[in-house]
Amino acid sequence: MNNYFFYTDKMTVGYDGKPLIKEIEMKVRRGEILTLIGPNGAGKSTILKSITRQLKTIAGTVYLDGRVMRQMSDKEVSKRLAVVLTERIRPELMTCEEVVATGRYPYTGQLGILSKKDWEKVWEAMRIVSAEDLKKRDFAAISDGQRQRILLARAICQEPEIIILDEPTSFLDIKHKLELLTILKNMVRQSSVAVIMSLHELDLAQKVSDQVVCVHGEYIEKYGTPEEIFTSEYIHRLYGVTSGSYNADFGCLEMEAPQGKPEVFVIAGNGSGIKEYRRLQRAGIPFAAGVLHKNDIDYAVAKTLASRVIAEEAFEEVSKAHYEEAWRVMKECRSVVCCTQTFGTMNRRNEALMKEAEKLGILRKE
Amino acid sequence: MDKKAHRRYGFTFLLLGGLLICLLVWNINSGSVKLSVNDIFRILFFHEGDETAYNIIWEIRMPRILAGIILGGALSVSGFLLQTFFSNPIAGPFVLGISSGAKLIVSLVMIVCLERSIVAGSGILILAAFVGSLICMGFILLISKKVKRMSMLVIGGVMIGYICSAVTDFVVTFADDSNIVNLHNWSMGSFSGIAWGNVAVMAAVVLPTLAAVFLMSKPISAYQLGEVYAQNMGVNIKVFRILLILLSSILSACVTAFAGPISFVGIAVPHIVKNILKTAKPILVIPGCFLGGAVFCLFCDLIARTVFAPTELSISSVTAVFGAPVVIYIMIRRQQKI
Repeated sequence: MNNYFFYTDKMTVGYDGKPLIKEIEMKVRRGEILTLIGPNGAGKSTILKSITRQLKTIAGTVYLDGRVMRQMSDKEVSKRLAVVLTERIRPELMTCEEVVATGRYPYTGQLGILSKKDWEKVWEAMRIVSAEDLKKRDFAAISDGQRQRILLARAICQEPEIIILDEPTSFLDIKHKLELLTILKNMVRQSSVAVIMSLHELDLAQKVSDQVVCVHGEYIEKYGTPEEIFTSEYIHRLYGVTSGSYNADFGCLEMEAPQGKPEVFVIAGNGSGIKEYRRLQRAGIPFAAGVLHKNDIDYAVAKTLASRVIAEEAFEEVSKAHYEEAWRVMKECRSVVCCTQTFGTMNRRNEALMKEAEKLGILRKE
Repeated sequence: MDKKAHRRYGFTFLLLGGLLICLLVWNINSGSVKLSVNDIFRILFFHEGDETAYNIIWEIRMPRILAGIILGGALSVSGFLLQTFFSNPIAGPFVLGISSGAKLIVSLVMIVCLERSIVAGSGILILAAFVGSLICMGFILLISKKVKRMSMLVIGGVMIGYICSAVTDFVVTFADDSNIVNLHNWSMGSFSGIAWGNVAVMAAVVLPTLAAVFLMSKPISAYQLGEVYAQNMGVNIKVFRILLILLSSILSACVTAFAGPISFVGIAVPHIVKNILKTAKPILVIPGCFLGGAVFCLFCDLIARTVFAPTELSISSVTAVFGAPVVIYIMIRRQQKI
């Protein structure tokens, strides 16, 4: 356990002495990001509140740098652990710079007056989160995204060894989401800080985390590397997804496929079909896709959106059997869309399909 | 860090200091007995002149002015502490019923003492007021656990205040003593009749308390970001909350013990001071509140004494006239923000 900077031993958390999640074992090294994922209300925030000591743990022990955290004073902890919360704060008449400056408090004297060095650290932290232009702005009058960055700057200038963030990306647009996670990643790499956070964005969690904890039910359901956790099947189970799907390879969400007998047949390949698949899905028209190679990007999307996919093994020429199967399905369709004009040798039979459709008079001309 | 802000802080303190000196002079100079500036100057600095005039200045006006300064300052700092504690800009010892609770217990103690012909000393009165403040504070804390909306909390406080005032009136009405007139005056709020001995006691209580509050500027300012962040900055929240309650109760109790309940100073002054300073940093706001409270109370006492002289108004009526509109303004502005 010695090389873990922060770990919990059989920690049980909950409110008013009632256990919510039991025997939690989380470990994080310096220079690592540990992410908590799980459905709403599963208890991610409860766990974070417990390790930041806002909530009393019901059982078990939390260790920070090899020491039992319960035995450390607030002051000691404040120099090593910083938090960024979702809870909205509305301090009165405080500039952003002053809010960030509160991060230096553990290092100031009795009256909390910042030295020149402290102010330099404050500005440095604001530079890191690219919020220098907000210095003199009223904290109550900036946007949610800006507020989140200011609070991150506050945590940074506290010079912690571990930062705990509760859904830090929630109110941010994509630019700021990426920026925020990049900042965290850099801090983790350069100053070997440890990060524990909860995230709602699975795609981001998959890309940024070193370890992932899945919070679901009474116990931690699963704990491992993103590669172990992020399979489409498991994510569906974790979140109880019933309509639509999550594609773990791309980290994207797909809406539910239109049900029923295919009305439209889409001939595509090499990524040319995705737009058409989505258009049909939006219009609620069930469709068939073919003949796609299993290594084609079109295949990955069609699998989740088409009611029927005729697929060929990767790197193989479209076989006669699959061609005939596709032809039978196509014949029953109201119309056929061909998204590609190039077929090459492996897809010769797709070209033949297109010509068949033309003969049948159901090929839609774009 | 910022030159403009520093100039603003300097200006604010100069302004408040200047106003305080002006009001001090004005207060010494005004009253039912007219005295020339020259007389006053000689009495103050050379201790010479007419004996009656000397007594008026030294035994009546000076203690009263000093009491106004100390108690006014204490009241507005107490208000600032309560506003921080509840993160509610219209919290204050008067609206939360804390002053009225103190008043109730003090009246009871006074009546018991009067019946047994004991003169209740300043110390006992402060203690009684402190107990009363804490009891009401306890109720307010219970309410604040149940309701999160700031307006509801204030309504709860106002109700507690009414109950305490009603019981006080009841007790005062049925108390049987000639001194009841005094008691009645006191329960309306007034700086009159304060002697040097009282001033010494209040200074001994208020000044160290204020010093303690000032030394707590750092955790108070951390607390302005909310409990969780304060804890993350190394503040021991439990200890801090208890200290804040005790200090603000001591301050408002001391005021009530000597001058009765005084309304709205605790809300209006911190608000005005924060807006002149354009910051809520406790390290500036606490001394600012003390000066501002002193200025405000001297000003109101001047009006209470002189406008309908020789009849005196209760100080609370005057502070309400100037303070209540500020409260209304704060509420309207908050509403617009949300």
